[in-house]
Amino acid sequence: MEQTTHRKSAEAIRPPVTSIGIIGWMRANLFNGWFNTILTLVVLYLLWLTIPPFVQWAFINSVWLTGSDQCKATDGACWSIVTANIRFIIFGFYPHDLQWRPLLAMVILVLLLFVSQNRNYWRKYLAYGWLIGLFSMGLLLKGGLFGLAPVESDNWGGLPLTLLLSVFGLTAAYPVGVMLALGRQSKMPIIKSFCVVYIELIRGVPLISMLFMSSVVFPLFLPEGVTFNKILRAQIAIILFTAAYIAEVVRGGLQGMNKGQYEAAESLGLNYLQTMRLIILPQALKIVIPPSVSILISAFKDTSLVVIIALYDLLKTTQTTLTDPKWMGYSAEAYIFVALIYFVCCYAMSNYSRRLEKELDTNL
Amino acid sequence: MNVKEAEKNNSDDTPIITIENMHKWYGDFHVLKDVNLTVQRGERIVICGPSGSGKSTLIRCINRLEEHQRGRIVVDGTELTNDLKNIEKIRTEVGMVFQHFNLFPHLTIVENLTLGPIWVRKMPKKEAEQTAMYYLEKVRIAEQAHKFPGQLSGGQQQRVAIARSLCMKPNVMLFDEPTSALDPEMVKEVLDVMISLAQDGMTMLVVSHEMGFAKSVAHRVLFMDGGEILEQNTPEEFFNHPRHERTKLFLSQILD
Repeated sequence: MEQTTHRKSAEAIRPPVTSIGIIGWMRANLFNGWFNTILTLVVLYLLWLTIPPFVQWAFINSVWLTGSDQCKATDGACWSIVTANIRFIIFGFYPHDLQWRPLLAMVILVLLLFVSQNRNYWRKYLAYGWLIGLFSMGLLLKGGLFGLAPVESDNWGGLPLTLLLSVFGLTAAYPVGVMLALGRQSKMPIIKSFCVVYIELIRGVPLISMLFMSSVVFPLFLPEGVTFNKILRAQIAIILFTAAYIAEVVRGGLQGMNKGQYEAAESLGLNYLQTMRLIILPQALKIVIPPSVSILISAFKDTSLVVIIALYDLLKTTQTTLTDPKWMGYSAEAYIFVALIYFVCCYAMSNYSRRLEKELDTNL
Repeated sequence: MNVKEAEKNNSDDTPIITIENMHKWYGDFHVLKDVNLTVQRGERIVICGPSGSGKSTLIRCINRLEEHQRGRIVVDGTELTNDLKNIEKIRTEVGMVFQHFNLFPHLTIVENLTLGPIWVRKMPKKEAEQTAMYYLEKVRIAEQAHKFPGQLSGGQQQRVAIARSLCMKPNVMLFDEPTSALDPEMVKEVLDVMISLAQDGMTMLVVSHEMGFAKSVAHRVLFMDGGEILEQNTPEEFFNHPRHERTKLFLSQILD
């Protein structure tokens, strides 16, 4: 008797059919207990109410490549608003026959970002690649050299503008934020209080008012005749604003560091900069990847606030399309399209951050 | 044990560490009271005493992890002042081993070891890696060179920490309770490394309650209590004929 039980437990016994596979999963997750069963049924009913009509509207009854007249004839989605106005939504008032230039610039940017996401490529030549890339993107947008017709920055708009403001805004804000965080921990009272005042001041003010000040109030203090590019001013406002938030997140990471790490670095004779660069920041920044990415994502979406200083970013060009009497009333379709673009960018960021976290995890 | 026979083989008889009338306060709390200590080259000193007696603080003052407020500390001819140059110079010459190892968890073992030589001593990377492997051999852990600290046991991590300090070619090694955070079965492997270091003639200041180690390796044992050095003697005298009442009490508690 004893021997048989012993033998049985030593053998690999398959679990009962009801606890594995689809049936097992459903039993464990959807129908375990009467309460969860009711919840599951209610949710299924709600899905049944909403999904089929949406599919009907978005795909079956929809029109894709027509004029606005056909849209009025159908009761489905009018995706034609997007396809008919795609060039204005994406490029804004950029001269129509030159729109290959911002398109090419965006392709270069996406390629560079794509290559840069692999940390094995973080070598010198990638830095050169960025330098050349930045130069050619600027050249493509602005023109005026090598036979490219100049295009005023007032005409920049749409997706290139959104990407410009966010990619450079975020990459510049991050180091500024790190420096502010280090400054806030400084033992030197002047630096420390400057950083504290800066961070608290900026965090206490909405981005909209910063943008407004940068575009309306700030020029009042400039000597007559001196003007700053409007996009540059918005860009700086975004950088200064995001940096303050990054700083607070990074400070959290710095405070989470074990004092022993500082001591070990110091006792090897590393100076302050080396200690920070080689020991403290790599660990502290790793800890704060998730909250930093949240901030970057929300900053990315906040670039749409530049509409209030009359910059035509992606959201504004979409809204402008909707003021066209031909296409009025199809805002749902247009906004869904813009939301998809934003979603793709944000999802890429959060996906990348998760991968980075995994790659950098050495604590096992 | 013939460790002690390899006595002060260094002919230079100027002391390597001189501490004169040193005081330290944490706020109003007087942690170190009028400490005087001279350490000769090649000398090995074990410092013991009840917790809170200031023994860790004392050795942390020697490489300026803690600042003293009065008195003088001179390490190898350089006086510790607020001058950052002096502090960094002394830190390169004084190795420190911590109770909790303090390895850098984001770097591999070999990167932990080469960091100081490359960035502080400006050694070429190749050479730094060779030095690192030499010392990893020495602490018998070379096969782990490309792992991360988190993948090693406590005893292994502490041996790596010792090797990391040795890579800077220090003249003095400070040990701040190097075995007290270890599981009992790992204490010996760390002590063995420290003993072999002693055999090479390294000047060592060790805060430790490992009395066996003190007996076999130390030239001198210091007993601290309440921020003062109450008693110092050779290990034989110290353990067999403690003079001070508090020393006797401490020894009776620790040797049971």
